[in-house]
Amino acid sequence: MKTKLYNLAHSRAGDKGDVCNIGLIARKPEFYPLLVKEVTAERVKNLFGEWCRGNVERFELPNLEAMNFLLHGALGGGALASLRLDPQGKTYGYALLRMEIDVPDDLVFEQLV
Amino acid sequence: MKTVRIAGASGFWGDRNDALLDQVTAGPVDIVMLDYLAEVTMAILRKKMQDRPSSGFATDFLKALDPALELIVDRGIQIVTNAGGMNPQACAEAVLGIAERKGIRGLKVGLVTGDDVFGSIDGLLERGVGLENLDTKEPFSKIQPRVLSANAYLGSDPIADALKQGAQIVVTGRCTDSALVLGPCIEKFGWKPDDWDRRAAGVIAGHVIECGGQASGGNFSGGWQDVPNLENLGYPIVEVAENGEFEVQKHESLGGRITPAVIKEQLIYEIGDPKSYLTPDVTADFTSIQLEDLGNNRVRTTGIRGRPPPEHLKVSVTYADGWTNVVSMTFVWPQAHERAERTVELVLARCKKMGIQIDDYHAALIGASGAHGPMAPARDSDAPEVLLRFAMRASDRTSAKRFSAEMAPMMLDGVPGACRGLTPGRSEPTPMVNHWPTLIPRDAVEPQVSVLVS
Repeated sequence: MKTKLYNLAHSRAGDKGDVCNIGLIARKPEFYPLLVKEVTAERVKNLFGEWCRGNVERFELPNLEAMNFLLHGALGGGALASLRLDPQGKTYGYALLRMEIDVPDDLVFEQLV
Repeated sequence: MKTVRIAGASGFWGDRNDALLDQVTAGPVDIVMLDYLAEVTMAILRKKMQDRPSSGFATDFLKALDPALELIVDRGIQIVTNAGGMNPQACAEAVLGIAERKGIRGLKVGLVTGDDVFGSIDGLLERGVGLENLDTKEPFSKIQPRVLSANAYLGSDPIADALKQGAQIVVTGRCTDSALVLGPCIEKFGWKPDDWDRRAAGVIAGHVIECGGQASGGNFSGGWQDVPNLENLGYPIVEVAENGEFEVQKHESLGGRITPAVIKEQLIYEIGDPKSYLTPDVTADFTSIQLEDLGNNRVRTTGIRGRPPPEHLKVSVTYADGWTNVVSMTFVWPQAHERAERTVELVLARCKKMGIQIDDYHAALIGASGAHGPMAPARDSDAPEVLLRFAMRASDRTSAKRFSAEMAPMMLDGVPGACRGLTPGRSEPTPMVNHWPTLIPRDAVEPQVSVLVS
């Protein structure tokens, strides 16, 4: 079955120059392998489309059941130069949390959204 | 084992000024750190200093300090802040001014300078230091005549020195946020320069509390509904032990929540490769951090590993990059999106006809896809309303000013079903200040430490 990532993970995002960093954290340890399998750098790059001009890097932090995504060229020139409403990408984690991923039918999780 | 309790009380210039008083009255702390500097802050401060030589620092620090100073002096609490910005000397003197007004004699204020390398740019270029953009690799010549400020990120050693010289309050210019915590740890525990693991622990403890309330339940996406008493949010405290292990806590009587999930969100905030978090003090490995929930808003942190720091220091250069202006207008059902988009076309066509130069623009439909653009779901053709936020950039102020004059007539001359946006009348252009990260050799920077006494 499919579910929104929001039900399995939470997030915080920020900026460094024109790079947006999105941290994605499993709500429960048993969700982490699913996130690693489903939320690939390629899928994140596709989701952000023309708003991410460079590549997407993914780093794993199994000790925190978390991943860090670096989206290069994703802030419209960087926090100071960007003309966008959210020039620091503070809300970009929520764009990722809206993404739907495949999960096993018997996975137990709280339907938050 | 020896421990030190270091509290955070500011995460940026604009944060709550009463957090410092809260931190020193609601429970025991040894040291309070206050971070005020972001990339843009230094450029704003340089401009202020050009207009008035006695300004150029984060004046909010004085507002935070004033009501708390007697208590801080009575209890021997130490304060470490980068509020000095572009003008740490003036900031330190202003602190002495408060002390003298209150009749406090003998207060020692440490002053850390040497981060400002604006005056060294020509010399660096002559030495063959290219100052290329760290991210884009563009040559420095692209921005050189427009440079406003250049500050190196200093590390923790000058802060530790100032404390060692007896300073109770330490004021710095640009330093890494984490140095505001690692510096005091080095002074208290005598951590050796090559004790990479402990230095990394100090950096990570600093990273946790440098953004104020974000590490105690503020901006928490893992369950904001369950964070109690946010209106009295207690900023985070790290209780660091001599061996580098630390607990994240807060004062019990204040609001907020500290759990591993809260701390994880802050740990992964604004980092790059988690195995190599670069600072002038140490390269910290975020994949080594082990968290343990002790309950009652306490999280224990162990296992942190570090390696030597990089050879170069990071420098944050800011430069003038034209003018921006932002206009807005509201559109109601039906075809709200379509009419907002038509308005963008009309304004752009009018600007072209009137010879108004637009270098770049961005139209955001707030209520639909304003923050998320192509990541937002398909538009709702039945949307009750949308707010158009239309931003532009021009090389010259006149074009940016004339742009807003082309928006207002759309009320009568454009599409129907529109009313004003967020601000009445014509919006004024603002100068754009852009950021240029670069690297310089360590030996190009000489941190200086002095102590002033009231």
